Amino acid sequence: MALLLALSIGILAGSGVWLLLRPRTYQVVIGLSLCAFAVNLFIFSMGRLRSGAPPILASTTGTLAGYADPVPQALVLTAIVIGFATTALLLVVLLAARGFTGTDHVDGQER
Amino acid sequence: MTDDVLLTMLIVLPFVGSLLAATFRPNARNSEAWLAGGVALICLFLLVFAYPAIVERGVLRSEAEWIPALGLGFSLRLDGFAWMFALLVTGIGFLVVLYARYYMSPNDPVPRFFSFLLAFMGSMLGIVIAGNLIILLFFWELTGIFSFLLIGYWHHTAGARDGARMALIVTGFGGVALLAGVVLIGQIVGSYDLDQVLASGEAIRSHVLYLPALVLILLGTLTKSAQFPFHIWLPNAMAAPTPVSALLHSATMVKAGVFLLTRLWPVMAGTPEWFWLLGLAGMAALVLGAFFAIFQHDLKGLLAYSTISHLGLITMLLSLGSPLGAVAAIFHMMNHATFKASLFMAAGIIDHETGTRDMRKLGGLFTYMPVTATLAMVASAAMAGVPLLNGFLSKEMFFAEAIETHVHSLLDTSQPYVAVIASTFAVTYSLRFIHSVFFGQKSGDMPRVPHEPPFWMRVPSMFLVLACLVVGIFPAATVGPYLLTAVQSVLGTRTPVFSLAIWHGFNLPLIMSAVALVAGALLYLALKNYLRHSPEGPPVLRHLNGRHLFERGVIVLSLKWSRAAEMALSTRRLQPQLRILLLAAALAALVPISMGSLGLPGPDWRDLDPALALVWLAGAGCAIGAAHQAKYHRLVALVLLGGAGLATCITFAWFSAPDLALTQLLVEIVTTILILLGLRWLPKRFEQITTEEDPSRRRLRRSRDLAIAFVVGAGMATLAYAVMVLPMPETVGSYFLERAYTEGGGRNVVNVTLVDFRGFDTLGEITVLAAVALTIFALLRRFRPAPDNVGSPLQQRRQNAFDEAEPDRKAGDTLGDYLLVPSVIMKWLFPVIIVLAIYLFLRGHDLPGGGFAAGITLATAFILQYLASGTTWVEDRLRILPVNWIGLSLLLAAMTGMASWLFGYPFLTSHSQYVELPLIGAVPAATALFFDLGVFGLVVGATVLMLIALAHQSVRKLRASRTTTAQAVREEA
Repeated sequence: MALLLALSIGILAGSGVWLLLRPRTYQVVIGLSLCAFAVNLFIFSMGRLRSGAPPILASTTGTLAGYADPVPQALVLTAIVIGFATTALLLVVLLAARGFTGTDHVDGQER
Repeated sequence: MTDDVLLTMLIVLPFVGSLLAATFRPNARNSEAWLAGGVALICLFLLVFAYPAIVERGVLRSEAEWIPALGLGFSLRLDGFAWMFALLVTGIGFLVVLYARYYMSPNDPVPRFFSFLLAFMGSMLGIVIAGNLIILLFFWELTGIFSFLLIGYWHHTAGARDGARMALIVTGFGGVALLAGVVLIGQIVGSYDLDQVLASGEAIRSHVLYLPALVLILLGTLTKSAQFPFHIWLPNAMAAPTPVSALLHSATMVKAGVFLLTRLWPVMAGTPEWFWLLGLAGMAALVLGAFFAIFQHDLKGLLAYSTISHLGLITMLLSLGSPLGAVAAIFHMMNHATFKASLFMAAGIIDHETGTRDMRKLGGLFTYMPVTATLAMVASAAMAGVPLLNGFLSKEMFFAEAIETHVHSLLDTSQPYVAVIASTFAVTYSLRFIHSVFFGQKSGDMPRVPHEPPFWMRVPSMFLVLACLVVGIFPAATVGPYLLTAVQSVLGTRTPVFSLAIWHGFNLPLIMSAVALVAGALLYLALKNYLRHSPEGPPVLRHLNGRHLFERGVIVLSLKWSRAAEMALSTRRLQPQLRILLLAAALAALVPISMGSLGLPGPDWRDLDPALALVWLAGAGCAIGAAHQAKYHRLVALVLLGGAGLATCITFAWFSAPDLALTQLLVEIVTTILILLGLRWLPKRFEQITTEEDPSRRRLRRSRDLAIAFVVGAGMATLAYAVMVLPMPETVGSYFLERAYTEGGGRNVVNVTLVDFRGFDTLGEITVLAAVALTIFALLRRFRPAPDNVGSPLQQRRQNAFDEAEPDRKAGDTLGDYLLVPSVIMKWLFPVIIVLAIYLFLRGHDLPGGGFAAGITLATAFILQYLASGTTWVEDRLRILPVNWIGLSLLLAAMTGMASWLFGYPFLTSHSQYVELPLIGAVPAATALFFDLGVFGLVVGATVLMLIALAHQSVRKLRASRTTTAQAVREEA
């Protein structure tokens, strides 16, 4: 399972990076979103992969071994929401830049 | 009053006054003057009040803890010398405030002026009474900053801006050198405390680091006191309003340099290095300043160069290393301040009344303003060193010191002659100041017919001139005891016997004075006609313009060289920058891997679930597909991006993260809507169009990027795999798991972590969210699309054309028709989704859900209504006011945190219990719920605001961007 997830993270990151290096702003937006998936999954996987052990306490007693690590999950949860906000900001800035410069090239002018 | 209160008040009062002054109305000249004058007077009284204690105890001290770990205290100390200087700052400060009340025009925004002036006064007092070199340095830099702001007060003129910048660069450079020098002193002594530094003179002078420390400190002090060759900033600082020139650039700030030299005189003076470095610098400033002053046509320019010359005189006196020299230096600091401030005020009055400061245009003003003329004449005579005035006394002391032998050398032997020459020049420029302005032919060139200024504008000048006279005639009875206190605090046991008297008998200094007076008068007679018509600056040397040299230097350094370095080493293009960044990251990651083998265990195929493998087969395909399609098929890429997001979402659910899966799913929805809304404003792009770029180069570029992407992807995969197969160490996670229920009162540990344990982080995050939403809103208010996007999209135009062609249809019907079924479902779903949002919110503390998820759910409910029925329809029926949601929610979250203060707990401490609700049953009710409510409301507000702001662009009447660069390029072609 670890290999599967690692490969998936790698493919998401690779696709995202390829798009980051493209000249069109839309490609960069999509690329950043793909990178965000990869990074979120990566941080999440720092808590290791366990099935059927959500960090939701079933009883107030008992061992803690049956629960997944909640910390990476809490980190990623806010990261997902903030990620949405920054994607929106980037998109709007790029749209405004397209209006000003007349081009959707990342440098604001065609090369 | 204790010493602590007194010393602290001296520093704090001006800054408090400065803050207050900044709040007044722009034309409140009178109240500003009352405030600033009041502050200066109170400080003056405090000082007068403190004098007996200083005589009795020597030094007043105040200590407060500041950074005990570094051995730094916030210590203040007021001794006789500091007292005299502080008296000068507050006394002349008060007079300058009074003068400025009449000098400033009603059109000048005075709050800024008086606020800066008071802050400057506070900083200057800080330098003077600092008990610690680091604190002294702090206030030193502050005076530089306020001097910059005051020189640039009339920032609409280029002269003010350039002068301010030059002063800041030169004195700022000196400040850095001084900091280094002070650090060296601190290293030698082992403390920055002034008392300790003053007690370790022998250690400092014999240390190897003495010379570097001396050079650095001299760089700092000589730049501040405008000594050769750093003097260039002072004449250019004359662009400041005249009250500023009077206070900062003659009486106080420029004396900070010689003040510090005097402070450190007991520990650093007396060595050959000190004598040579300081002596040469002082002599150069003394002679050149006086010489240049003769040839200035601007009244203030003449005074500026004369200030440089007089500061050179003080520096030279300090360089001698003899106690009597130090006495003369201290005495001359005071004398120079009184007559020079008064002369600046006179220059300001002349400028104010005639509209010009050019001596070639002025003349015969005595008949128009006899009182001002008389005052200026007395002050000028003091500057020239005429008997019966204070300038004469300190000059005599200077002559007496110059003929003494201190260090056998050429420099020492030449001193008497240099002193007489400089003094001759001083007489010449003083005469010129008086004669060319007040006497001679009445000039027809003056912009206005002059008359006497208001009485109160003359009072400060009058007071200072009176001081010159009284000190000049009865020195021992008036200034004597105070000077002695000041000298004793600097020299201690080395205090020499000195007599302040006008008549010391018929001796050599008196003859030198007489020679200088006669020679100066003759020189003026010889130059008088030349000066009437000569261009600015001294003959020959005028081509060596320090200001031009400085500006050339700045341009070469900050523009040409930095631009060249940028061209050579960097780029402004995004793609190469990103490439470098990614390659650097990849290389950095390769280093640890290449140093030792990772020793990764082989994959364990047994736990591989084929279902998840299939999910990721699709997910990876979607990711690669999105990367491939994003250029020409944006919608396809967006759909594929959603596919990859869905695979991520399933993975979260698979590996025990229901909260993440829920949030990811909801965020996927709003992200897709967001990007869909943005698609409309992007240019059309067709695959057929190819660039002129060489296909082989293009292929090379693309394969290089592909290689980078592959390397980064492979690296990420390796890193992720390496971490995942390592055994899990003990983490903070168990802490949260243990305490989530007992202390946070919730079973959903992720939610409890977010709203309780790490609530402060979450508060920060929602603040960011709010800021981003408002930024987007603000950006879109002035949105100008590119011209090709202004009209409706093709599909919409076609539909509307069809609708208009049919007699029984109106525009928009086709759209309404084919969205009919979805729109009815979406409208029906509105209440359902609201209930779902409330449900997710309420159960969040115990089960997957919570403020973030519920907030996005509710936002989706609103957005669906927009999608179903259009912006106009929704906004006719529903007022959402997302900005209010954002503001109130942020307030709620912050207030929840603050409420715990009422119970004596730290910020954001929560209390929890279960509440029995009718029908629903036990509901977790922690105070964290209110915090989560804030999160919820903020997420709703922010998400809705972003999406609606973008959606509104389609219904707004938009203007195209005026001239886009693309258009400009086309027009040029």
